[in-house]
Amino acid sequence: MPTPSPMTDTLTIAGTALSSRLFVGSARYPSQQVMLDALAASGAEIVTMSIRRISLEGYAESLVDLLGDKYRLLPNTAGCVTARDAILTAELAREALETNWVKLELIGDRELLYPDVEQLVHAADELVRKGFVVLPYCNEDPVACQKLADVGCAAVMPLGSLIGSGMGIANPAAIELICKRSPVPVVLDAGIGTASDAAQAMELGCDAVMIDTAIAKSHDPVRMAAGMRAAIEGGRLARLAGRIPKQRFAEPSSPQLGLVGS
Amino acid sequence: MTRLRINGVEAEIAVTTVAELLAERGIDPTVRFLAVAVNGAVVRRAEWPALTLSSGDDVEIVRPLQGG
Repeated sequence: MPTPSPMTDTLTIAGTALSSRLFVGSARYPSQQVMLDALAASGAEIVTMSIRRISLEGYAESLVDLLGDKYRLLPNTAGCVTARDAILTAELAREALETNWVKLELIGDRELLYPDVEQLVHAADELVRKGFVVLPYCNEDPVACQKLADVGCAAVMPLGSLIGSGMGIANPAAIELICKRSPVPVVLDAGIGTASDAAQAMELGCDAVMIDTAIAKSHDPVRMAAGMRAAIEGGRLARLAGRIPKQRFAEPSSPQLGLVGS
Repeated sequence: MTRLRINGVEAEIAVTTVAELLAERGIDPTVRFLAVAVNGAVVRRAEWPALTLSSGDDVEIVRPLQGG
């Protein structure tokens, strides 16, 4: 069976064609070189970064210099707990990185890192009005995702499970519903643990997967990045191929007639 | 002397513009990927030499860092 050509299965967000359905984070790697090698193995186009106060002892632009030419950098508003802080962080990010794309994160609980949906929708609305391309990290709630799409978000990024937990997709039925209903691309974000989780996300209908910890903190991040890439491609192909239904009885695959000894 | 809050820390320094503040902090004003906000509003690079700071101003100086 021929595989879809890249031209027929392109992910498009905010009118921009993206070459990869794997978004990768830049944090928690054992070294800068391992990060660079893992990103290369992942085939990712989008790499996320945070925006932080400079330490007043010194400043190094090296990370953006290393990544900026090869990847589309996507700043996040990680750690923000108010809409005001998230909006200011997004505006600072736009200034620092010269991109109007932002991964909007607004946290309602510092331990769980679950989004504050009320603040999130409000901040997304304001940022869209200010001309940002907003990709919000959100909970796995079809109503919240719809609200975010309604205020003009370019995609929705529902969590699979807690950030950094590696617990996989806790509520696959909800993710599937979100994918079915969403008028914008769905990027599963948070909680991926290993390749099968990423494949599952694609099989449920997600358009892309965002991964950081599962790659960066694996024993071999470069190999895991390659594994995630393959898993996402495999899951996507399976989704497009249309799987067989699950059934509760056996159905032999070999012909029933002409059995030896019959 | 201008009393400022810089990245959450109070300080009294003899500066009047954003550009002067960056110089006083040893930050090369031509460095890329830097962004500044004063009192919750982004100050674009072109305005750094012109934007005057007053006592009580809250300044954020940020750059991109690793993140997920």
